[in-house]
Amino acid sequence: MRTAAAVTTRPEESTDAQPAVALTRHWRTPIMFGVFGLLAFVVFGLLPDGGRESTFGLSLRDDVIQLAPISVPSKLAAVLLALVCLGIAAYAAWQTYLSRTVPLWLSITFGVAFVLAFLTWAVAGSEISLTSALQGTLALSVPLIFGALCGMMGERTGVINIAIEGQLLFGAFLSGVAASLVGNLWVGLIAAPIAGLAVAWVLAVFTVRYFVNQIIVGVVLNVLVIGVTNFLHSRLLSPMKDTWNSPGRFPRLEIPLLSEIPVIGPVLFHQTVIVYIMYVVVVLAHIALFRTRWGLRVRAVGEHPEAADTAGIQVNSVRFRNVLLGGALAGLGGSYFTLGAVGLFSQEMTAGAGFIALAAMIMGRWTPIGAVFAALLFGFANNLQSVLGIIGSPIPSEFMLMAPYLLTIFAVAGLVGRIRPPAFNGQPYIKS
Amino acid sequence: MSENSSNELTVGQRFFRELTTGGTALTLLSILLAMLIGAVLIVVSDPDVQATAAYFFSRPTDTLLAIWESASSAYAAMFAGAVVDFDAASVGDALIPLADTLTYATPLIAAGLAVALAFRAGLLNIGAQGQIIIGATLAGFVGFGMDLPPVIHLGFAVLAGFLGGAIWGGIAGFIKAKTGAHEVIVTIMLNHIAALLLAYLLTTQLFRREGQAAPISPFVADSAALPSFFEGSRLHLGLFVALLAAGYSWWLLSRSTMGFRFKAVGHNPHAATTAGISVARSYTAVMFIGGGLAGIAGASQVLGTESYLSTSIAGELGFDAITVALLGRSSPIGTVAASLLFGALRAGAVTMQAQTGTPIDIVLVVQSLIVLFIAAPPLVRAVFRLKVRAASPMAPEVGGKTA
Repeated sequence: MRTAAAVTTRPEESTDAQPAVALTRHWRTPIMFGVFGLLAFVVFGLLPDGGRESTFGLSLRDDVIQLAPISVPSKLAAVLLALVCLGIAAYAAWQTYLSRTVPLWLSITFGVAFVLAFLTWAVAGSEISLTSALQGTLALSVPLIFGALCGMMGERTGVINIAIEGQLLFGAFLSGVAASLVGNLWVGLIAAPIAGLAVAWVLAVFTVRYFVNQIIVGVVLNVLVIGVTNFLHSRLLSPMKDTWNSPGRFPRLEIPLLSEIPVIGPVLFHQTVIVYIMYVVVVLAHIALFRTRWGLRVRAVGEHPEAADTAGIQVNSVRFRNVLLGGALAGLGGSYFTLGAVGLFSQEMTAGAGFIALAAMIMGRWTPIGAVFAALLFGFANNLQSVLGIIGSPIPSEFMLMAPYLLTIFAVAGLVGRIRPPAFNGQPYIKS
Repeated sequence: MSENSSNELTVGQRFFRELTTGGTALTLLSILLAMLIGAVLIVVSDPDVQATAAYFFSRPTDTLLAIWESASSAYAAMFAGAVVDFDAASVGDALIPLADTLTYATPLIAAGLAVALAFRAGLLNIGAQGQIIIGATLAGFVGFGMDLPPVIHLGFAVLAGFLGGAIWGGIAGFIKAKTGAHEVIVTIMLNHIAALLLAYLLTTQLFRREGQAAPISPFVADSAALPSFFEGSRLHLGLFVALLAAGYSWWLLSRSTMGFRFKAVGHNPHAATTAGISVARSYTAVMFIGGGLAGIAGASQVLGTESYLSTSIAGELGFDAITVALLGRSSPIGTVAASLLFGALRAGAVTMQAQTGTPIDIVLVVQSLIVLFIAAPPLVRAVFRLKVRAASPMAPEVGGKTA
């Protein structure tokens, strides 16, 4: 009942059930923490042979401040990190016993400790560069974060957006084409949100104005965008590459001082302009959603549209505007594929990022900050295959790529933390 | 509550009702409109048209001729590739396009039914893709990895395909039933997991074809292959398996108790619960059966059309299945009809690409536009200035048929 209550139960009922839910204790989170903690303890800590070291490089070649790589004894480090995980599980159990909810930062700490334990185990006996691993992680996370924010803007008002993938893809397409035709990257950067907005506009017209099922329109829009971009790619972009598909890339900008911070400096502050826009957008989204009147209205529309309507909020126009806003964000995220990472558009280059973004939004519990960490976790899992590919990974890369999807299923099934979508998520509001 | 009536509808129902209040004219007009927009896309991106448009004001006829030439040749090639090829040497050859259409329609029928069945129980099965993949994986494994006598081998392979898809669908149904997790999210995630699982399996000794660098499996044994029966085409016995599945679905929905339960749950889970029907069990069952049908689509692909496993075994079938089920208005007969249409579009598009160079992806555009237009009747009515038909709310099928 707690998850996706909007679909199975009538919203009136789920709101009635609220007090009861608040009083019952939810043991699933501590139990899952315990299971994963034990897993880490046994598999990463106890089972491997001792006497090997895991080495992590902390600096890139052209960094100003060079740090020596650190080596840790693999077995000991993994055991200690697993103990941290188990400690968090115990603390979560204590919190649950006191009928308190497990805070988000605890989940994030658990995730970081678990991932580090995994890394020390996987790297045992060889060396990887932590900095470049983090760089790859951020690179893969940028579109996910934009996509997750897009989904959030919609779902906070009660509109499910399955078309994030299509919005990313169209953003990537149009930004590449516009930048290529005009010969100016900034034009591409302006075209990207317009592309996302266009897809979102169709979504909004069909779902908010005509009350068509949100998921169906989303699925169909994804197919439509794939069809249109593939078609135009084969017809124009591929045969006439010079005019249509040679946008080039934004240069990486170094922020003085900040980029010299060891380890995280080169990762966070030696990036393209799109990434810096992302930092701003995440902070703005967080403040706007939780600290402004606008955010309160948006959340009211998603949680209880009828009450919002009674209070004088135009429910459907809030929804319409938010879907458009989300689309613009996703389109901007799409430009990262063409103008930030690759430098040209290729067919279906988003490769399911929109769906991982959806997963990140759910794992991040419909909050910008949570979504950022979930996206980073998924980006990390995605990037791991290239990091571990060099030294030989103990786990086939396909299984590491599965991690985001498995975690999301666990999450929506209520196994990892309490996840509650906005109460009226997915339901059209028809004013009578 | 004033909007109580709209809240009581489940996910599928609202949409389903919108679909059924439309009518055949609406479907045909939607298809026409989608084809027209497809034509615009073909024309606009045509280099010849662009070249003649440069001097449009001095000789406009050139542009208009190029436009006509561009659109008509593309769609003529599509027709020739999908229905009858009048230039063929013999009658049998002339009908090869039709056989190709049926070949493309085969997996769409089975997979479309998977979506349609779940839809009737109020669930959106976005997971046909994953169910097809797992079905194809198991069917393929039985096909090339086992040694059995002829007929039994084929039967066992198809059954394995059904079970594979059924388990994959059943997982989603079970999670939905037990935890209330949104089936759309779960099935989307299961799709990706299935694709990665197959990608992994194809790297293992068990599935990898010997001496092949590419991740493809050995060919399925002749004893497990669905025999083809139309010379010059890949059309195979899978068509009849799919039609059987359609017949079974029809029986299930309109003649069986279980189907009655599904529809009751789909119409109103609360009323169904009050009537003593287990909603949870119905969700699991309908996803199990539906997943199984999608698994049969996978089996038909690997045992008939492709005859080996590869990472692209499911192609875009899972998503086509959704559009097919929507166009077919979630009825088994409608699904078969919609599959034939989309099969024809696919088969025609292959010829179109070969003859006129129009990229095959135009099919995706046309398909998705058709579904969009059908989903929003007011839009199509506005375009064609149709009279608004008195929208009689769909008679509750459950009560209507039994009372």
